Amino acid sequence: MLERVLSAALTSGGDMAEVFAEDAVTASALLDDRKVEELSSGRSRGAGIRVVDGETTGFAHTADLSEPGLLAAARAAAAVAREGRRGVRTVALGPPAFHDRGDRTPPDTVDKARKLELLTMADEAARALGSAITQVQVGCGDSRRRVLIANSDGLLAQDDQIRTRFNVACVANGDTGMQTGHESLARTEGFEIFERYAVEDVARLAAARAVAKLSARPAPSGEVPIVLAGGSGGILFHEACGHGLEADHIVKDASVYTGRVGELVASPLVTLVDDGTVLGEWGNFGVDDEGCPPGRNVLIEKGVLTDYMWDWLRARKEGRKSSGNGRRQGYQHLPMVRMTNTYLLAGNEDPDEIVAQTPSGVYVKKLGGGQVNTATGDFVFGTTEAYLIENGRITEPLRDANLIGNGPEVLRRIDAVAHDFDMTPGTCGKDGQSVPVGCGQATLRITGVTLGGTA
Amino acid sequence: MSDDLLELASSVVAQAQPGEDMEVYVTRGTDTEVRAYEGEVESLTSADSSGVGVRVLVDGSEGSRVGFAWAGSLDPDVIAATVADARDNARFATPDPDVVLARPDGVAAVELDLWDDGVASTPMEKKVALAVELERATRAADPRVRQVSSADYADSRVEVALASTTGVSSSRRRTTAFIAVDAIAGEGADTQTGTGFSVGRGPGELVADEAMDEAVMRAIRLLGAEKARSARCTVVFDPRVVSTLIAVVASALSGETVVKGRSFFAGRIGETVAAPSVTLVDDPTDFRAFGAASHDGEGLACRRNVLLADGVLLMFVYDTVSARRAGTRSTGSAVRGGFAGTPSAGCRALVLEPGTRGQDQILASVGDGLYVQSVTGIHSGVNPVSGDFSVGAEGLMIQDGALGPPVREVTVASTLQRMLQSVVDIGNDLRWLPGTAAGQTLAIADMQLSGE
Repeated sequence: MLERVLSAALTSGGDMAEVFAEDAVTASALLDDRKVEELSSGRSRGAGIRVVDGETTGFAHTADLSEPGLLAAARAAAAVAREGRRGVRTVALGPPAFHDRGDRTPPDTVDKARKLELLTMADEAARALGSAITQVQVGCGDSRRRVLIANSDGLLAQDDQIRTRFNVACVANGDTGMQTGHESLARTEGFEIFERYAVEDVARLAAARAVAKLSARPAPSGEVPIVLAGGSGGILFHEACGHGLEADHIVKDASVYTGRVGELVASPLVTLVDDGTVLGEWGNFGVDDEGCPPGRNVLIEKGVLTDYMWDWLRARKEGRKSSGNGRRQGYQHLPMVRMTNTYLLAGNEDPDEIVAQTPSGVYVKKLGGGQVNTATGDFVFGTTEAYLIENGRITEPLRDANLIGNGPEVLRRIDAVAHDFDMTPGTCGKDGQSVPVGCGQATLRITGVTLGGTA
Repeated sequence: MSDDLLELASSVVAQAQPGEDMEVYVTRGTDTEVRAYEGEVESLTSADSSGVGVRVLVDGSEGSRVGFAWAGSLDPDVIAATVADARDNARFATPDPDVVLARPDGVAAVELDLWDDGVASTPMEKKVALAVELERATRAADPRVRQVSSADYADSRVEVALASTTGVSSSRRRTTAFIAVDAIAGEGADTQTGTGFSVGRGPGELVADEAMDEAVMRAIRLLGAEKARSARCTVVFDPRVVSTLIAVVASALSGETVVKGRSFFAGRIGETVAAPSVTLVDDPTDFRAFGAASHDGEGLACRRNVLLADGVLLMFVYDTVSARRAGTRSTGSAVRGGFAGTPSAGCRALVLEPGTRGQDQILASVGDGLYVQSVTGIHSGVNPVSGDFSVGAEGLMIQDGALGPPVREVTVASTLQRMLQSVVDIGNDLRWLPGTAAGQTLAIADMQLSGE
């Protein structure tokens, strides 16, 4: 049937047709204000059909996976193909490539009551930090996403992606008002992760973060040296250069990194990798949403820009292969170039030494989100737990603030990288689509970044 | 009209079992999206979609337990499975006497015609031409425009119906259309960007020149921008930024955040929380608002709610459950994120009451400060629980009462509480914008600008 649909998609011309079929089930549970407020289950099942003709892409999607439903979507997607190149193209699919990733406990086989126990355990662990904790919200969620991708080049690939997440958000109340603390655990694995990770630890981290900030003073204003803790978010690289190295920005000359392969774009301490193969990490998968296996792609090596990230469409434009970075939120969306797990390779230094050798500055224990303008390279990233560094020692906690910098400039100012590497999960938004990604880095120092505090 | 959808929702509700309440939300829509690049169609998406969201409440002596399920399909078998999932999920929730479905409250819905037949009747070629022409015109607008990274046309038609065992039965439909363009301007090694857009209920309302002029003007006037010196100063915000700021403040006006102890406004009804010039209204019954709606996310009539008047906090917005928790009644303010989301309390159509002066007059009276054209990091740098506010900003210095040299890579910071009290001027240049709030020029004193 897929072969017939792909042939139909190319009847009015076109270079490539693709069917992306998806069956996703999600479940989530939320405990808030000491009550299990909401258990939710969802199902999304359908197919997106793409026809590429020259520089033009036609796309249609349908929840109707019957042959007539898919044929109708194929005709809609084909409507963009230019007239005058009509003909019958026979499509023959190769053997299916299926990426089995071993023993995982599919979330739908787990008793819902067991999931709720975890919520209660986390709620109690957070509140055990003391009466300053006035509100706790605990969420857990899981998803199973089965995808099948077939295209007119004969590709046929399947993947079965299971993801599990757990997050805790606390409010602490004190003389100076309210403060918040969040922590999350998220893995591309099944329910078995809770045998390795204690939800109480997640809860305690979130609660302690909120309590610490009750005595926080306003963050400084202006350019300061910053020490980022290992695993504090790694979002620095995601924003400072990750988005700017996505080939869709590059081919449109909408990135500060366009045309700079081979140039020194960062401190020699920076070796940056995007790697969808890291098993279990939040940005891991068996094949990307165009059927391409993920890769371990070195983007910056010892400060020198080595390559960009590619999806099928942009790779074709340059006559090369996809790097396994073609991803989409769901079958209703077109794929585009996205990061997977983006991390800085660890260095040799001792993290405590880096702090000790920083006379004054700011120690960022945890970062929140960020945002970048790829064309100018200007980016922001927010702190959710930060402290002053005075005389080489971590001292007073600081209130939340954004940091602002310019990607290439900030990357050149990294002058120390430690060995305490860790990854954190995140959600990356681009052009209206969200995908799970991982970010990683060891403790590092930036000699100067503008901190947007009020003091 | 959405009669068949309402019939479908009602027929599912009729299957509720004794001892349970049920709410069924069904939606159906059609979307078109065209992106132009270098004079050609880069991508064209057209698709129909539909979905259902079901809440089942199981009654008990200690209150009801609620379960929710959704599916991206209106297939009868899928709907039946969704109902069963919701029912099963309800078994696990904590019983709560405040968990109830909305009941009709006698407030009549305001009739709003939010449907433009032009969305369906405009041929695809014309929609494609809108995007292609927008891209071409933006490239041609100024020699310094180096690139147009995206030029889009998009429209949607959405029909929604909602029925429940508690007597709610409502349907509504709306169309939207928009064009948006991202311009990249360059001069020497310098690059700056600007976005422009135009929004309407149908393609006929879109003004391509406005979108183009805005994108080009915003990119070009930033050329040569440099980091500014750190300073305490008055900040004048562009109407588009103000729309975003109002939406952030409004998240602390949601009754749900208040009853759960997550709002810095909690316990402050009747107090002066803002400058006397600040009157903030959420009015989805105003046709001009992008978020206009006849019914809320629980099927109750939307209504005009005055949240702050002359700087005094008057009320919060509630959906049915948060209202019961607070000991009050729903304000018709349930919002939900489509069929996959459950209702919560929120605003749809916020308007800060305009002042009397235009932007030029405001700049003249501010004298010296910073004009902020756009902000970044709203999600990472604004904490609506603590009120801490720190965002990346680009714009122009205000010197001698007029716009001066461009500025980039700076932040502006304060707290939301303090910013509300420090409003020194509100413009008369109200602009209806996509999202949940309109915007106009707004001047706020005593903010921290961080740069060099």
